[in-house]
Amino acid sequence: MSQTMPQQLADLLRARFAGHLSNVTLAHGQATVEVTAAHLVEVCTALRDEADFHFEQLTDLCGIDFLGYGEGEIPESDTATSQGFGRGVTGTTAPGRFDWAGRQPHPQILRRFAAVVHLLSFAHNARLRIRCFAPEDALPVLPTLTSVWPSANWYEREAFDLFGIVFEGHPDLRRILTDYGFVGHPFRKDFPLIGNVEVRYDPEAKRVVYEPVTSVTPRVTVARVVREDSRWLTSQTEAADDWKDN
Amino acid sequence: MADESGEIRSYTMNFGPQHPASHGVLRLVMEMEGETIMRIDPHIGLLHRGTEKLAESKPFNHSIGYMDRLDYVSMMCNEHAYVRAIEQLMGVEPPPRAQWIRTMFDEITRILNHLMWIGSNALDLGAMAVFLYAFREREELMDCYEAVSGTRMHATYYRPGGVYRDLPGKMIQYHESPWHKGKDLARMNQWREGSMLDFLDAFAEDFQHKVDEYEELLTDNRIWKQRTVDIGIVSPERAKALGFSGPMLRASGVEWDLRKTQPYAKYAEVDFDIPVGTRGDCYDRYLVRVNEMRQSALIIRQCVKWLRANPGPVMVNNYKVAPPKREDMKESMEALIHWFKLFSEGYSVPAGETYAAVEAPKGEFGCYLVSDGANKPFRVHLRAPSFPHLASIDELTRGHMLPDVVAMIGTYDLVFGEVDR
Repeated sequence: MSQTMPQQLADLLRARFAGHLSNVTLAHGQATVEVTAAHLVEVCTALRDEADFHFEQLTDLCGIDFLGYGEGEIPESDTATSQGFGRGVTGTTAPGRFDWAGRQPHPQILRRFAAVVHLLSFAHNARLRIRCFAPEDALPVLPTLTSVWPSANWYEREAFDLFGIVFEGHPDLRRILTDYGFVGHPFRKDFPLIGNVEVRYDPEAKRVVYEPVTSVTPRVTVARVVREDSRWLTSQTEAADDWKDN
Repeated sequence: MADESGEIRSYTMNFGPQHPASHGVLRLVMEMEGETIMRIDPHIGLLHRGTEKLAESKPFNHSIGYMDRLDYVSMMCNEHAYVRAIEQLMGVEPPPRAQWIRTMFDEITRILNHLMWIGSNALDLGAMAVFLYAFREREELMDCYEAVSGTRMHATYYRPGGVYRDLPGKMIQYHESPWHKGKDLARMNQWREGSMLDFLDAFAEDFQHKVDEYEELLTDNRIWKQRTVDIGIVSPERAKALGFSGPMLRASGVEWDLRKTQPYAKYAEVDFDIPVGTRGDCYDRYLVRVNEMRQSALIIRQCVKWLRANPGPVMVNNYKVAPPKREDMKESMEALIHWFKLFSEGYSVPAGETYAAVEAPKGEFGCYLVSDGANKPFRVHLRAPSFPHLASIDELTRGHMLPDVVAMIGTYDLVFGEVDR
């Protein structure tokens, strides 16, 4: 078993797929590439078959919804009133109710849905992460990877079920984790955490009935705050020190 | 079913979700011809609790307890993957003693898991006694869980930056009761006179004989071999392509163990072997797991040796991640502020993404964590080993008989907490 270091892998990828990869990044010792949907299958087949890469296993595939990325739930300090910050989160500012059209533009995130694939090469003891954004936000469609790695089958069904990403060419794209007859895609950020329907046994109808949720209300126990401060710099310096001296 | 002309037609049969051999809530819709399987369509998700979505709505530390409830027979290994992902993003390295404790508890967990597996797999295939033997030892190890965390299963013991607290100096003991008294009680408490490490050392030494007892019951058992040899053979290439990991992959002859190839915690410093199979059938998977238990006991003894000799902190001394001592909080204002901040808002993790994997008893348990700089994760995806394993059941059991499906479910070592998440 040879060992391909992440930096080496990133260089190899840049050299081999120059035109097809929009972004090759290294962070936390892991290589990430972004591939466009049109080139996904072609790039993946090469990654599996070529001796430099030889990624024999698709370890993981998951969907991700970038709605609300980097947005907090507490107003910024300049918007605070004399009564202080608003703690409760209600209305359209609550989690799961972020608005894609009115989002803050983010340099890296141009599309809403993406599939993230984790590959593993046994021959080179290397891992690679591929991110592929779906070109359409309203109806995310991506090509299937089932023809490249059979293990993609259930992972793509899961991403379809939870995020509504359609994998074109998938042999059996059915829901997998949610209930029979479930409506909606629950892991989308605009799907409420409490759900849309609740079930109870109706003694008169003598069966289980589905009704709009009334027994619980959306509630936030700890507000989401995004902090960009120097604390991590401090902690990194502290971590670099010996723990005994701290 | 035979129609009027006497011809056999295929029919569809339902298996589970409430079936003793379905290991929880697995539902299989099987297309059969006589007793032969033509096609299997597993219906999963009956235990889907939306763990990943719930984690997005809570500060990072609140979700550690959810990890225990994924694969609920290898609790601490799940915590380990999640906690490592957070540590990677924050750039925090736990002190060595915490890493040794984690290594030790990962192996305790591996034995716990494999004991559950050997008991239930044997029970599925008609051997009742193994279950009773296996649970005798599970009880002892669960007491170790209880001694460090206060709970027997859902420990929430690993925290970003270390473990919750140091190992107890005194092992918990059985009390006298109408059922446990006299000589009986003395025998049960025989290893429990000293510290938890003394107890574990004695347990791990004796455990090799216990594994001999299980092997006595199964390894050369004619019925056991008839039920498992040559059932569900997977070639190494196919095992890789199907996303297999852990014992499922190693039984097919692939020498791949994250503890060796991508070591984490203190696995690089302990000495152990990776058992590898040759045929890739249910019997080889049995042999691999049994030998893993022996190796785990050896690792535990090495960890005990190190932990006895090296006292030290078990949590980073960084109040942005770990709370200050409770006594300090009563005296120092700084400590109080940190305490309050940490337990109300939590800590914000720098923006970024990472994938942290551990060799859980069932295979590679991974945590893909995306943070946008907030005090809650933006996205957590948990890569459960049983998920791709179960996905292969259709391919592996086609053409097999109905009882072989039960043997396969047993050999997958399925737990629905992690398949459904």
